[in-house]
Amino acid sequence: MITLDGVLGLGVVFLAIGLIVILHMLGRDRDKPAFRKIAAFDALKNSIGLAVENGSRIHITLGKSSLTQSTNASALAGLSTLDRIAQISSISDKPPIATSGDGGLTLLSQDTLRSAYRSVHAPELYDPGRGRLAGITPMSYIAGTLHVTTHEEVSAHVMIGNFGPEIALVAEAADLAGAFSLAASDSLPAQAALYAVADNPVIGEELFAAPAYLGGSRSHSASLQAQDILRWGVIVVLVGGALLKAMGIL
Amino acid sequence: MRAPLSTAIAIAAGGLTLIGLLIPADPLLSIRIRLVEWAVALAGVAGLVAILHLLSVHWRKLTARRNKNFNSAFLLIAFIITFITGILLKPSHPTMQKIVTHIQVPIEASLMGVLAISLTVAAIRLFQRRGGWMSVLFAISALVFLVIGSGFLSASANIPVLKDVLAAVIALPIAGARGILLGVALGSLTTGLRVLLGSDRPYSG
Repeated sequence: MITLDGVLGLGVVFLAIGLIVILHMLGRDRDKPAFRKIAAFDALKNSIGLAVENGSRIHITLGKSSLTQSTNASALAGLSTLDRIAQISSISDKPPIATSGDGGLTLLSQDTLRSAYRSVHAPELYDPGRGRLAGITPMSYIAGTLHVTTHEEVSAHVMIGNFGPEIALVAEAADLAGAFSLAASDSLPAQAALYAVADNPVIGEELFAAPAYLGGSRSHSASLQAQDILRWGVIVVLVGGALLKAMGIL
Repeated sequence: MRAPLSTAIAIAAGGLTLIGLLIPADPLLSIRIRLVEWAVALAGVAGLVAILHLLSVHWRKLTARRNKNFNSAFLLIAFIITFITGILLKPSHPTMQKIVTHIQVPIEASLMGVLAISLTVAAIRLFQRRGGWMSVLFAISALVFLVIGSGFLSASANIPVLKDVLAAVIALPIAGARGILLGVALGSLTTGLRVLLGSDRPYSG
């Protein structure tokens, strides 16, 4: 059955696709767009450089969202971030390690690492043991991830994905070990907990900007620009709707 | 383009599922349901593969020539015992239930206890870590909602002005949460579309 909601949803999807494609094509002949500064991503770039220099490891944890759940978009953003970090740190003695709380996500993290090393012509760096399942329940995932914070010579932790508030234990362990931590989640309880604990919490949709801020492809920048344009559209609709309601038209 | 076949399959499956979700009419609806069923089955297999991989990682840690990790032995032994018990007795058997309720649940509950203390300490240390008005606002809002949530002000439900003020204060985080969730939804949309357009291919390794 075709509903108005469905048609509107399809319209938004096609609008977003159109914006991404147009902005991608427009950006081909131009420099990368200048985005506003986000201190957390600047600090992450510095910490990646430091980790490469001092021979320590970067740990990326991707959350516990299954690929069949609607919350997996944050994990996809985490995988893009993993790809960029693996490429940037490919000259390091200690390649990055990825943990997750879902089997499908673990296999994708291994695939992402393989793809990243292949793209920098260093396929020999790939080790499937660096894309790990930490645990399959929320707490066992955290327990498995805590083990990485203390046993793998990690100097920077990047937490991007769907978590519960228990992810604060990992951020706390990172803090106790004197390691850098950047944390971003699509879950509100996790965001609240991480705001108090993590060195560099990233709030809301900024989580999806991580690949673009780490020097990702043109499509990452285009989708970030499309996201901004759509946000303005949502603001106009919300304010317009409120005004029309106040005037008694709606 | 690398892996053109897997990219084409991913784009076609993703596109059909999306359209089937927004226009739930046959044959799109039945195609979507079938694709999601396959995805769930594949996710289950991926879970099994990842668990086997987890075991192999811990076996490697246990048998490494240098820096052996003996904690991995506990994981392997616990897994073997639980797995064999689960296969022989089935998950609903009282012994299996005891393993869950007497071992797993208390351990997870104790981690939640640690989390409560960690969060309290972290909230106190927030001012050392990050000064500024956001930290002050965070602390004030945490205190205000602790007081409201404790039921301390429940007697004020009958006081006209205070009742309205409380209702307005309680509505504030809902408004903020909706703002954040709208942003997250837009980010999810563009991230998903990047995969659907084949520009992000986490499956192409």
